[in-house]
Amino acid sequence: MSRAALLVLADGRFPAGGHAHSGGAEAAVGAGRVTGAASLEDFCRGRLHTAGLVSASLAAAAALGTDPVELDAAADARTPSPALRTAARRLGRQLTRAARAAWPSAELDALRRAFPKGAHQPVVLGVTARAAGLGPADAAYCAVYESVSGPATATVRLLGLDPFEATGVLARLAPEMDEVAGAAVCAAERAAGEGTDVLPADSAPLLEISAQAHAGWHMRLFAT
Amino acid sequence: MHLDHASPHDGPGAVGADALRPDGVRRALRIGLGGPVGSGKTATVAALCRALRDEASLAVVTNDIYTREDAEFLLRAAVLPPERIAAVETGACPHTAIRDDISANLEAVEDLEDEVGPLDLILVESGGDNLTATFSRGLVDAQIFVIDVAGGDDIPRKGGPGVTTADLLVVNKTDLAPYVGSDLTRMAADARAQRGRLPVVLQSLREEDGIRDVADWVRSRLAAWTA
Amino acid sequence: MNTAGVRAGARVVARADGRGGTCLPVLEGDGPLALRRTRGSGTGARVLLVGAMSGPLGGDRLTMRAEVGTGARLGVGSAAATLALPGRHTDDARYDVRLTVAPGGELHWLPEQLISVRGSSLLATTHADLARGARLVLREEQVLGRSGEPPGRLITRLTVRIAGRPVLDQQLTCGPGTRGGWDGPAVLGGHRAVGQLVVVRPEFDDEPVTARALGEGAAVLPLPGPAALVTAVAPDALRLRRLLDGAAHLLAPAPG
Repeated sequence: MSRAALLVLADGRFPAGGHAHSGGAEAAVGAGRVTGAASLEDFCRGRLHTAGLVSASLAAAAALGTDPVELDAAADARTPSPALRTAARRLGRQLTRAARAAWPSAELDALRRAFPKGAHQPVVLGVTARAAGLGPADAAYCAVYESVSGPATATVRLLGLDPFEATGVLARLAPEMDEVAGAAVCAAERAAGEGTDVLPADSAPLLEISAQAHAGWHMRLFAT
Repeated sequence: MHLDHASPHDGPGAVGADALRPDGVRRALRIGLGGPVGSGKTATVAALCRALRDEASLAVVTNDIYTREDAEFLLRAAVLPPERIAAVETGACPHTAIRDDISANLEAVEDLEDEVGPLDLILVESGGDNLTATFSRGLVDAQIFVIDVAGGDDIPRKGGPGVTTADLLVVNKTDLAPYVGSDLTRMAADARAQRGRLPVVLQSLREEDGIRDVADWVRSRLAAWTA
Repeated sequence: MNTAGVRAGARVVARADGRGGTCLPVLEGDGPLALRRTRGSGTGARVLLVGAMSGPLGGDRLTMRAEVGTGARLGVGSAAATLALPGRHTDDARYDVRLTVAPGGELHWLPEQLISVRGSSLLATTHADLARGARLVLREEQVLGRSGEPPGRLITRLTVRIAGRPVLDQQLTCGPGTRGGWDGPAVLGGHRAVGQLVVVRPEFDDEPVTARALGEGAAVLPLPGPAALVTAVAPDALRLRRLLDGAAHLLAPAPG
């Protein structure tokens, strides 16, 4: 296992399309729910324990070798917003492309054949981790970090928030990220024996509602 | 279904720039148009579509800062049927989408070829950005950099990757030069000094057939691509 | 100390009676769960869940089952809101609802609100298993605290399957001491009432529901199957019900 491979995969500059997404931050800023570092931290914390936990569990399960088709169906059921399902598949397709260039593998090729328009991004992330010689905890950490780093970076652009404050938010959330990644790995291990129904399904009503409103905005900077 | 390893498109290194599609057919030539905000990229794309649509199968990908504005301009101008125009969202970073992380643009060009293809030419228009924004060679085969006389006649002299290295430099809106006090002769000379043998076109789209030189350059690229 | 609370169950089975109507061969309940048949409308049967005790209290385990057979139509409501209350037992309370609908069957599961009272701790799960060709209208509403009161701990999980495939699986975790950010700008943003309306109709296969936002507090979301979810948040139970009722019209069969 290569620890450096984790840095390559987790790098915000990894070319897999994430830069065009705010993880709901643009909608929350637009609605006046995120106005500065404190509300950004609250936003990220809520996202971490809901969408972040669900993504991390799916990614860890895929990294353990759980059937990606079944995991993709589980991801669909856990993503009621069609705007977010579309975005997750688009990002999954973009990640598949980058991952196949970085870590060629038969499993990634098979995943692309099964989902030519993209599987849910966390599922692809887990399969990518396997291809990179990484484990379920690595996949979970990538998903957990993405769940909060995306909104933090976007908020810097949207509000002109001091980038040092945004980085401080991420640093303060680190212990909770550890907890969520740990919980995700436990859930993924359980799912290996008991099926994907036992994977976490934590939802964030405002993220789902505002994603649909945001999809209808005529002028926006981010895809989600 | 083809086997992944049997297709050159699926080789580990060839994720975007490969000349053949998975079915073995040559993909469309991809030409990028970049340049600062307001220099006339979208108008150039529209004029190219009108000039070339009867002789080649065309499509356009736009990269807007705010979603779909340029795409909607092209739709309203009806230069192409709507299914031939795709918009990519860039998350406030248009240069990232054409250079550092081209995955969304690659998907857009592939989807256009899958859904309306076969295509001869896809024009990829960047969002208006600064003078440093250039296209990745993984995304386009050639790029046109569009500046205009109103943006300042010292832009060619200052250089920058777009002005210096683009396969074609277009100095647009030459009809405005007398009004904005820009010296066209000096702009052309500075551009040639910066670019060595790379071509420069001075154009005004207000003139009858003002797109002719750029369209001819695209035609020669297309001929070389399909040769 | 006795940590075991009440264990109680209720069960209703609806079958087509062969004359175009619906009969209820099973209608039973004990403890805090009692079922009464009321006057149905048209060909369907209607049942009311009557709270014989206030419940669920800490340590209680309540299970409610409804089974709708081929061609049968059942509507289930409740006489009053369900209060999750703190009990003498330290364990969480649990309330499980299991719904099954056969092909051509139709279930309207429309209970009153679930109110999470200060100091309570409840895990409530609802699993609906539908055959292909079954119909469902399901509404759940969670109210966080009585008026002016902080809520207890509440975890709800709602799962809907059609022909074995999960089309919706979502959990809501809220209340003090549960998870960070539950009341923040990504999750509830200070709203005290949250609700879900799920509509499953085979016709959605051919005429999919259009996704739409209904203001800032609700959205109609087509699910991956012949189903749609309306998810809503509101400052209080009354405004939540208005949002969900308004959305229900959008998903109702076209008249005529």
